[in-house]
Amino acid sequence: MLILNDISKTFNPGTVDAKLALNHVSLTVNDGDFITIIGANGAGKSTLFNAVCGSFVTDTGTIFLDGKNITMLAEHKRARVIGRLFQDPMRGTAPDMSIEENLSLAAGEGGWLSHMSLRNRREFRERLALLGMGLEDRLKQPVGLLSGGQRQALTLLMATYHPPKLLLLDEHTAALDPGTARKVLELTASIVRENGLTCLMITHNMQDALDLGNRTIMMGAGEILYDLSGPTREKATVQSLVRLFSDASGKTTASDRMLLGLDLEADTPDEEDRMDEEEPKKEKKGKKNKGKKKKK
Amino acid sequence: MNDVLAFFASYLDVGQTALELAMFNGLTVLALFLSYSMLNVCDLSTDGCYTLGAAVGVVTVIELPKLFLGLAEANPDAAGFYNAMASASPYLSIVLAMLAGMVSGLVVAVLQTRMGVQSLLAGIVVNTGLYSINLIITGNRSTVAIMRKTDTVFTLMKDGVKDTFLADQYKLAVGVIAVVLVAVFLILFMRTKLGLAIHATGSNADMVRSSSINPAFTTTIGLMISNSFTALSGCLFAQQAKSFDINTGSGMVTVALASLLIGGVFTARRSVWVRVIGAIVGTFIFRLVYAIALKMNMPAYMLKAVSAIIVVLAISGPYLVKQLKLLRRRAAANRERGEAYADPQ
Repeated sequence: MLILNDISKTFNPGTVDAKLALNHVSLTVNDGDFITIIGANGAGKSTLFNAVCGSFVTDTGTIFLDGKNITMLAEHKRARVIGRLFQDPMRGTAPDMSIEENLSLAAGEGGWLSHMSLRNRREFRERLALLGMGLEDRLKQPVGLLSGGQRQALTLLMATYHPPKLLLLDEHTAALDPGTARKVLELTASIVRENGLTCLMITHNMQDALDLGNRTIMMGAGEILYDLSGPTREKATVQSLVRLFSDASGKTTASDRMLLGLDLEADTPDEEDRMDEEEPKKEKKGKKNKGKKKKK
Repeated sequence: MNDVLAFFASYLDVGQTALELAMFNGLTVLALFLSYSMLNVCDLSTDGCYTLGAAVGVVTVIELPKLFLGLAEANPDAAGFYNAMASASPYLSIVLAMLAGMVSGLVVAVLQTRMGVQSLLAGIVVNTGLYSINLIITGNRSTVAIMRKTDTVFTLMKDGVKDTFLADQYKLAVGVIAVVLVAVFLILFMRTKLGLAIHATGSNADMVRSSSINPAFTTTIGLMISNSFTALSGCLFAQQAKSFDINTGSGMVTVALASLLIGGVFTARRSVWVRVIGAIVGTFIFRLVYAIALKMNMPAYMLKAVSAIIVVLAISGPYLVKQLKLLRRRAAANRERGEAYADPQ
């Protein structure tokens, strides 16, 4: 369980460039949660991940992971229990080194002076075969020769080699072509499912944000604007998210939220009436939702 | 006919000197292989560290026997132990020189990983500081000579191979042993988890961090090991030359880098053990070409200019070739366009 308690971060404090990147954010992520995070550029999504990973120490607040206070823990020590993927497929692997050498570091077995054993290699080959990219026959090749998709898949494998307590995915398919992105996303979903990982995923794809996981968070101006889960989330559609999204920079009013059907859990006739009055669009959304449910 | 033989014999001689120098310099090249090629740190403290190794090596090999023999006289009970230590001084001096190198590497690493000094500046600052340190070690003497009767690993080796076919090659023998030991160590070390982590730090520090390893730690270990080899190199060079000179290491980083880059031309993107051997071969090629150039009346003071040019060519050569192709294409495109505009239609 990840608990963020009132964390804030200001970059360049006390200067004209001061930017409040995280504004007293509190968030509880339950074990097994798969949360998708959406929000405009500069909303604070990646900064939130950086705070959790320990790229910087937050100005205020505390961070608990699995009952331990990690607020002040060094980045590389947190990495033991937190796996992270970036948008840039080049960031997660060492290009000059071979696939097996990269995996060997990720596996991190043995003491400082231990060598890679045959048993290690066999396991690397088995794990790589699961990616379905033919990498299992290229153990000795430098990672720099792989395509972006292959590198991202390898990074995913490395980040989850020992199932982490928390997996952070920072738009990890955004730099890939649509076909490869789909494949890496499916791979991600299956690895998360099989290991029962707790996962946060930043995405700009609204469909993915709703299809994957069990919770969706929208961020804006360093705050969590919406936290959708359960029936509310099931009712939400891509259109409603996009609408929320475009409003996120400005002020969102209660009527906006009603418009989007987010406060409509209770089927009080009062609200139903209002909805009918306001927009015929609403009905369309309802139909779409029903269609989706049937699919599932 | 005799002239021809003499000609080849003189080149054979050139070859041997080149080989000897290649071995002593080869240790510095291997040190730079670790710091420059693996860790991706251009360690500019190399010059000072090489001189540091020479200073410690020469001073200890002279002073240690005196110290231990004095102690043996003062403590007759433990005389056996101290006498043994006195006769082990040549080996002790090498160990001490390497330890001094490690400390120097540690300082460079701490400056750049824990104190926010840029990597290049950390090396330069330590290099400058080492000049004074080296003079402190030698008691403010800029040259120190080793007396004929003082034992070094070279005199021990000379005695050891006196009646064998290696009698004339005792210096070379010491150099080869040292280079082989260091090369084998490097090849095995780079395959350990620590070695892989050091290599990865030079390739992608983010990835090292996400493997729960502190890049500051790997950088520190890497620079300590690399500088211990640089100091070993300086120590052996000074001991075979039987003298210490405060300027012995000046420009060493460029000379060694030239050798490393020559080796890298043939072994780029190959596995680590191939690249280690490539670095040694590169050193030999560099020394051989240099020795032949000397034979052809190139003045000895050109060594550093030649090294500097080789380093520039090896690093910027591929870039310049690419630029040249681009310039040609651009010129061709301009010509075509010019023709198109010139077309009267």
